[in-house]
Amino acid sequence: MFSNPDLQTLVFGRLTWDAIPLHDPILIVTFAMVALGGAALLGIMTYFRWWGPLWRDWLTSVDHKKIGIMYIVMALVMLLRGFSDALLMRSQQALASGGGEGYLPPHHYDQIFTAHGVIMIFFVAMPLVTGLMNYVIPLQIGARDVAFPFLNNLSFWMTASGAATVMASLFVGEFARTGWLAMPPLSGADSSPGVGVDYYIWALQIAGVGTLLSGINLIATIVKMRAPGMTMMKLPIFVWSSLCTNVLIVAAFPILTAVLALLSLDRYVGTHFFTNDLGGNPMMYVNLIWIWGHPEVYILILPAFGVFSEIVSTYSSKRLFGYASMVYALVVITILAYLVWLHHFFTMGSGASVNSFFGITTMIISIPTGAKIFNWLFTMYRGRIRFEVPMLWTLGFMVTFVIGGMTGVLLAVPPADFVLHNSLFLVAHFHNVIIGGVVFGMFAGITYWFPKAFGYKLDPFWGKMSFWFWLTGFYVAFMPLYLLGLMGVTRRLNRIEDPSLQIWFVVAAIGSVLILLGILSFIVQLVVSYRRRDELRDLTGDPWGGRTLEWSTASPPPDYNFAFTPVIHDHDAWSDMKRRGYSRPLTGFKAIHMPRNTATGVILGGLSTVFSFAMIWYMWPLAAVSFVAILVVSIAHTFNYDRDFDIPADAVVRAEGERTRLMARQA
Amino acid sequence: MFPRSKRDLSRRGPVRCLALAALAVVLSGCNVVLMQPSGDIAMRQRDLILASTGLMLLIIVPVIALTALVAWRYRASNTEATYDPDWHHSTQLEVVIWAAPLAIVIALGALTWISTHTLDPYRPLDRLDAKRPLPADVKPITVEVVALDWKWLFFYPDQGIATVNELAAPVDVPITFKITSASVMNSFFIPALAGQIYAMPGMETKLHAVINKAGIFDGFSANYSGSGFSRMNFKFHGLKREAFDEWVAKVKGEGKPLSRDAYIALEKPTEAEPVRYFASVEEGLYKAALNMCVLPGKMCMHEMMHIDAMGGAGKDSQANRDRLRYDNRHAEQGDEAVGATFPASGRESRDGHKPQGVTSGGSRDGSGKDEPGQDKLEKTNPHQGHSPGMNHGGHNHGGSAPAQLNN
Repeated sequence: MFSNPDLQTLVFGRLTWDAIPLHDPILIVTFAMVALGGAALLGIMTYFRWWGPLWRDWLTSVDHKKIGIMYIVMALVMLLRGFSDALLMRSQQALASGGGEGYLPPHHYDQIFTAHGVIMIFFVAMPLVTGLMNYVIPLQIGARDVAFPFLNNLSFWMTASGAATVMASLFVGEFARTGWLAMPPLSGADSSPGVGVDYYIWALQIAGVGTLLSGINLIATIVKMRAPGMTMMKLPIFVWSSLCTNVLIVAAFPILTAVLALLSLDRYVGTHFFTNDLGGNPMMYVNLIWIWGHPEVYILILPAFGVFSEIVSTYSSKRLFGYASMVYALVVITILAYLVWLHHFFTMGSGASVNSFFGITTMIISIPTGAKIFNWLFTMYRGRIRFEVPMLWTLGFMVTFVIGGMTGVLLAVPPADFVLHNSLFLVAHFHNVIIGGVVFGMFAGITYWFPKAFGYKLDPFWGKMSFWFWLTGFYVAFMPLYLLGLMGVTRRLNRIEDPSLQIWFVVAAIGSVLILLGILSFIVQLVVSYRRRDELRDLTGDPWGGRTLEWSTASPPPDYNFAFTPVIHDHDAWSDMKRRGYSRPLTGFKAIHMPRNTATGVILGGLSTVFSFAMIWYMWPLAAVSFVAILVVSIAHTFNYDRDFDIPADAVVRAEGERTRLMARQA
Repeated sequence: MFPRSKRDLSRRGPVRCLALAALAVVLSGCNVVLMQPSGDIAMRQRDLILASTGLMLLIIVPVIALTALVAWRYRASNTEATYDPDWHHSTQLEVVIWAAPLAIVIALGALTWISTHTLDPYRPLDRLDAKRPLPADVKPITVEVVALDWKWLFFYPDQGIATVNELAAPVDVPITFKITSASVMNSFFIPALAGQIYAMPGMETKLHAVINKAGIFDGFSANYSGSGFSRMNFKFHGLKREAFDEWVAKVKGEGKPLSRDAYIALEKPTEAEPVRYFASVEEGLYKAALNMCVLPGKMCMHEMMHIDAMGGAGKDSQANRDRLRYDNRHAEQGDEAVGATFPASGRESRDGHKPQGVTSGGSRDGSGKDEPGQDKLEKTNPHQGHSPGMNHGGHNHGGSAPAQLNN
């Protein structure tokens, strides 16, 4: 490259004006809308002078609560993008099953299904899960922040950097056309020579590192920062599920990092780990990516299980049934999550004994999962069930998830998988467990903890609208896909030759519109709740009759979470405190030692984005400069000794006094 | 899509109809091919699906019913229901809730172990269908399958013919498929016949199956393989013995010979490829395709594996380096996949859909400096040749084509 005297190529690599997809009306309209929306947002921010507060209070914040909220906001924004992709796919298949071509040619459609999968898993489900864990874990264990507050901020910005990189691919260049796991040889340099797979690699690489760091952070937090008296078997069940998830993250994500690094080497420097030249083999990639990919599924679902456990117990006004059994079930699932990866490719030609082994281990996972379902059932039994919105999500989950679980176990029978593998039946199955499990769980969790984060409940009417649209939308959209799978229709088809199948694709498309209404209802719910916030206000900090520690402090919690670190005697700590007639201490406040905000996370996240972009487009000088800058900033940050401060005692007295007044007013 | 019109409802057994009813399938013409296949293997896979589903419904249905029942019974407004806020443990119940799924999984696990072994695609058949064992004198038919970008090539070594995108086999004769791919991973799947198995470059998978009914069935790739994937379909003809012989005669009568050169031409990426017949096949072509050494000068995979198994060629292996490069042949020959264009090849896309954002020769960026490099690249890339620049690091050729991709 350096022998090339072309300055433009040296500086801009393969980036030219051709990279802007001016020929694609869909993208141009999208770009125009994003640009206009972005400009409007910037204008509003400037007009109201929100830049300063945004920077000081949010972007540079190391407060786990702020970071948790930022994760969730990012996830919801990305949900809109990922769901737009879903609508495009459903409408394309509905149109192209009538004998026509539809409106999306393969080179565009194939990017869409790849982007949909990548975005929904990495930039919707993962940030929702991480955001919720970030927000809730320290509050549930009586801590004032996570173990490594700066690292937490950095993790968020690494994830955001990955999301920004994926979004950039929409308007500059293209995204991968390989499916969401970018299997070689298709993702190799010969079959996918453009920038698409490079966008994929760098977005996931950077975001994956962020996730890994966050996992380490949360494990350290849970292990080291529990309030006195909170032994492991007194951990709230959500914290247990989070612990298992983060153990999975720490054990699984390095595999993703490694396999993406190997794929990068194949693409950038001409190695052949995964293509046939010089004896490479694509099967290695398939194995490695699923050794990460299967635990990833449990990384997503375990926190949702935790959320449901908290919600069932709270809204049944009853202790969780079988706490110990729930914990063991989580641990068993965590371990088994590593012993099932091969069930994703029974069809790759393993022997019958190997296939049976992985099929049966997969089925074994259904035992602890089934036990959990029963535990939730018996928690409701002899309770007093209040059908608030989070409880509706939970019931919707319990019914929907067992169906998804059943089809999952069916797919775990290797000979059955031979006919169902890669079919729309499979697509229906994993949407069944991800929507019915993770998405329902995250919406339940958001609705449940929203009053804790913002001091007012979400409007229940629009919450119920959202729930019913999502639930019916899910069934209308995916039951036809189960059927189409049984009709032998495979996934990722750009066109379908049999017009008699069109009716089912049309039904599925209608289902996706219902889900769209569910998403819109959720947005309306946020707006309506904000406008009605005074009516929905909760001054007690405990709007649902909660059972765990987060409900003992104010809503929203003060920066320091707890003025005094509570002492724990029971896994339903707050329930136990209420029962024993706990009264809030009103005197004796001391100064509280807290971490200080820092801009390093934002800067490193920004530099990572620049570095990714430079690597994707072969802008070698820029890549080198940004990489050096990342190192310099990281090292410079270690010389920053101004990392902490004390909230003075009188500030704590003021904040707690204010809370006392508010609680008196509510009473 | 599937030969539903030939079926009359009366011929369908009660089990089948019940199954359909149980799945709540309201159909416009009953074309659920996996539930009414025409080959014994697929039929056994269907029975397995139904049996497994039945087993699981034993626990799923009660759970769903109980969820609804408990949620309703213990609603907050029902003050007559027992309320016991501290009841949180029952050893008997714990035993039941762990044992019940365990019992199902033990049953299902046994079913899985047995069926996975009996329905292993590598296992030769032991029966024609549920009622007929394998006749002692049966001679299986062999079909060698090669997945190409984006069509299927079938070799019939016994008949000495080959076809593209059309497969035929006699009814009630065991078929042995040997499957490979010449490019990326695909999955060979005829739902009416048997389950799928991957077609992978440089490797061979096997599938044993039998078709029990005459008819025309759909076959396709079930693993996404690039832009032509959606049209990578073929028809599988289940034919009576005489009809099959006629079909073979037709292929021999209409087809051209399939030489290595014809294969190399055929292998170039195309979409929506029509059916083609080849009356004869050059000796060893399938084996060469499997070992990725159809192109002259390439080392066959099995030779390399043999060398490696013997301890490797040591320093001499460097001499084999170029012979072991398979991936970039399309780009080198200028017949790369549509979309797979510049910078891998230095040429414009063949269909107008080039990867977005890559510098094109004679570009709109106005520099025009790419042109000489472009020419040079073309000149150093004679068909089937390997320019030195491409094979040895490739960092030295001009143009804006990033060198790395050419490796």
